[in-house]
Amino acid sequence: MSYAKSTFRHPALQPNALGYSKRDYEGGLSTLCAGCGHDSVGAAIVQACFEANIEPHKVAKISGIGCSSKTPAYFLGKSHGFNSVHGRMPSVATGANMANRDMIYLGVSGDGDSASIGFGQFAHVNRRNLNMLYMVENNGCYGLTKGQDSATTDVGSASKKGVANPFTAIDLCATALEMGATFVARSFSGDKEQLVPLIKAALRHPGFAFIDVLSPCVTFNNTATSTKSYDYVREHAAATGAIDVIPMKEEITTDYQPGHNHEVTLHDGSVVHLYKGDVELDVTSRDSAQAAIRRHQSEGSVLTGLLYMDPQSRDFHQMVNSIKGPLRDLGESALCPGQTALDAINASFR
Amino acid sequence: MTAIAAVNDLVIRFANVNGTGSASANGLFAKACFRMGLPVSPKNVFPSNIQGLPTWYEVRVSEQGYLGRREGIDFIVCMNGQSLAQDIASVRPGGYVLYDNSKPLDLRLERADVNFIGIPLAAICRDEYPDLRRRQLMKNVIYIGALAALLDIEFEVLKDLIGDQFRGKDKLIAPNIHALELGYRYAHEHFSCPLALRLERRDLVGDKIMLEGNAALGIGSVYAGATVVGWYPITPSTSVVDAFEKYASRLRIDPGSGEKKFAIAQAEDELSAMGIVIGASWNGARAFTATSGPGVSLMSEFLGLAYFAEVPVVLFNIQRAGPSTGMPTRTQQSDIISCAYASHGDTKQVLLFPEDPRECFDMAADSFDLAERLQTPVIVMSDLDLGMNEFLCEPMVWDDERQYDRGKVFNQQQLEEMSEKFGRYKDIDGDGIPYRTYPGTHPDKGAFFTRGTSRDPYAAYTELSEVYIDNMERLLHKWETAKGFVPEPELYQETNASKHGLLFFGTSTASCLEARDQLAADGIAVDCLRVRAFPFNQTVEQFIEEHEQVFVVEQNRDGQLRKLLVGECDINPKKLVSVALYDGMPITARQVVDHVTAKTRGAVVTPLHKQPA
Repeated sequence: MSYAKSTFRHPALQPNALGYSKRDYEGGLSTLCAGCGHDSVGAAIVQACFEANIEPHKVAKISGIGCSSKTPAYFLGKSHGFNSVHGRMPSVATGANMANRDMIYLGVSGDGDSASIGFGQFAHVNRRNLNMLYMVENNGCYGLTKGQDSATTDVGSASKKGVANPFTAIDLCATALEMGATFVARSFSGDKEQLVPLIKAALRHPGFAFIDVLSPCVTFNNTATSTKSYDYVREHAAATGAIDVIPMKEEITTDYQPGHNHEVTLHDGSVVHLYKGDVELDVTSRDSAQAAIRRHQSEGSVLTGLLYMDPQSRDFHQMVNSIKGPLRDLGESALCPGQTALDAINASFR
Repeated sequence: MTAIAAVNDLVIRFANVNGTGSASANGLFAKACFRMGLPVSPKNVFPSNIQGLPTWYEVRVSEQGYLGRREGIDFIVCMNGQSLAQDIASVRPGGYVLYDNSKPLDLRLERADVNFIGIPLAAICRDEYPDLRRRQLMKNVIYIGALAALLDIEFEVLKDLIGDQFRGKDKLIAPNIHALELGYRYAHEHFSCPLALRLERRDLVGDKIMLEGNAALGIGSVYAGATVVGWYPITPSTSVVDAFEKYASRLRIDPGSGEKKFAIAQAEDELSAMGIVIGASWNGARAFTATSGPGVSLMSEFLGLAYFAEVPVVLFNIQRAGPSTGMPTRTQQSDIISCAYASHGDTKQVLLFPEDPRECFDMAADSFDLAERLQTPVIVMSDLDLGMNEFLCEPMVWDDERQYDRGKVFNQQQLEEMSEKFGRYKDIDGDGIPYRTYPGTHPDKGAFFTRGTSRDPYAAYTELSEVYIDNMERLLHKWETAKGFVPEPELYQETNASKHGLLFFGTSTASCLEARDQLAADGIAVDCLRVRAFPFNQTVEQFIEEHEQVFVVEQNRDGQLRKLLVGECDINPKKLVSVALYDGMPITARQVVDHVTAKTRGAVVTPLHKQPA
């Protein structure tokens, strides 16, 4: 590549509590189209990790194949990344998480990756309640192969090709709710104010957190006839409300309007505040979330914001009762039973 | 009437209906032979079904120590009306047929050249047991008791085995021993016991053990320090993970908390199972999966990723008869090519070929070292015969001084002290194997992006032809390095003495060595070599070089190992004669002898030796 990413940052920018500058959370130069929603999602991830005081190298980024799955190269450059095979990120993330429960796992996928070729893996990773954040950068089309409709393209929506899609769309948030995700949200790449706090809350959630981010494809699916264009989403988005995450050690300083917020306390004592909008929703109820999604669908709007979270979430390792700390760090003395035990095993086969 | 007379040399077949509890009773018989110091090899011939279809259990006892399957059934225990005609017809002239004569035998099934032994099992059970399920279960134990009298099995040995089998459920011991006695007494009262065909105690098994290959793979994986398992159920591989879980649950529990030092995920399919292994290995844990041919097909895309991105993988492939669903409960060695070159593009995968459970244990342990040393998939090629049948073998041994070879991994300190830029795919040592880092090791150094796309030595994406070629050539160089790490072949003679060579691997071994002895008795000397790994090392090529003709015995139609030898070694293909025995049953020495004799003497034989029906 003949051009390089600028490393200049405003000198007045303050480092975070760990002493990291925002630059420490950035990655390589994006090769996506100018104006791609995915780059805004990447910027939101950088902002959220910076604000949440996460050590960059403690994050593992895992993706599948497609425009969205390329994006982990463009943020968190100090983290290990794994651009695996099409639709199979969930299984690679499962294995990685099993090996070391003490890292932060960030899965990045797209609508082709998760709703089509990897739909089975997507469904099942929800069931395991892995402690990870799974983000879909959802543009309703296959960008890297030049704009074919995907399984999340709404009925009647037409991309640059101009043909209205006749097939039923898969709603990934509804699927995640049905399959057992313990944190479900939808957002829009053009709404950083909403997306950054959602990512921060999802990173803190001790279980499977899913965020479906509507992220328009400027090249193939940003037409006036598309339901995944910037304009359409802006005009049709209804938000469940704004959220704020208060880590346990911090004092609550924000003023809340009484009667308009819902608090969810996490296991570690942190509190997620939902400043409720006009939407009728109980964020701790799956049924309520499903109903809200359906209601907005039928009204022709897109419901964004936090849809559901389970404060009682027990992650995969708790469910299978595996040992605290990373399995990968255990050595011979912890793992190998030795010849004496083998003598007994041999004797049982005589 | 002739009657087969032999001591400690017999093949007995039990014909049962599956799901009737016959397996544990039949297992008693094989174990009793073993405990009488006799070399014994049992084989299950079972359907892909849980209840109601015919199933057979065949046991060979050989004082000479031959453990391969042998043709010719000397004794059949007929417990299945469905297969009765076929079963009676399958016995050699002079053989014995034990059947239930509670009802008279259909006259059309009678044979003049075999010895019928009628025992009214159903009638005895009806008198003895009011409970129907118990009637069924005890019938099996009663015929074992009768066999003890007929074949002269030491009754004390059987009693001890019953005691072992029902340890912890002690109230079942006495009724089972009573059932044994019922059969034993009936046989003694009605027949002249023992028969001319009988067993006699010897001291021929030493400290050997008898177990299934799949159990040994599971135990080996516990010993090798595997902590993550992703898997999907498929016959005949499922019992590998069952064994791992059983022994890990016993030996890998934190005493304080009761928590497990391992994690198992039953995945939604084989693709996911392999993805789990790759994710865990990439993140620094020892991980494995077990599958069979159809699973390998599904895992192939991921195997290509692991090959190209250089992620360790341990895969146990318990082969069964293909193609497609094939004969899912029959054995074959027919995934050689699909595994050796698993996935699209130029790939080569390391294969190991165990011959018995002891070697399953060793190769399970070695496969983790190899996979991490070479940063590539290692596929252990077992099969249904080895995986699901008990094999007599040497006991498993672990060197308590052994350290796991975790391969080339830079740790936090090494990264800290590093002045130059870390290059994930840079060949620093000249062996084609680069260094890797685990995620989360160091705040600023050692992070890289793993990908299935082509990359430069620093893991950065590239489609520059020369950089791509360099990387592909380095992978080939690594493949050469692998030849020095994989197990050497086994040679069965100090120096090659014949112009004929017999080359085989895995579960063909016992029958091939028996064939060698039979051929020698017929005046045809053959030198033997057992391949234990792919890539083939120099010894294999040399063996072929030193013989005019080499018979390659394998359990598939197309001579897959032969093709691999031809493709990978610098040899004249005409020297390699394929002996393809692929009917789904464990092969016999007779089949090998027939093929070799035909090829060396020009004798006319049927190319595929037909099983006696």
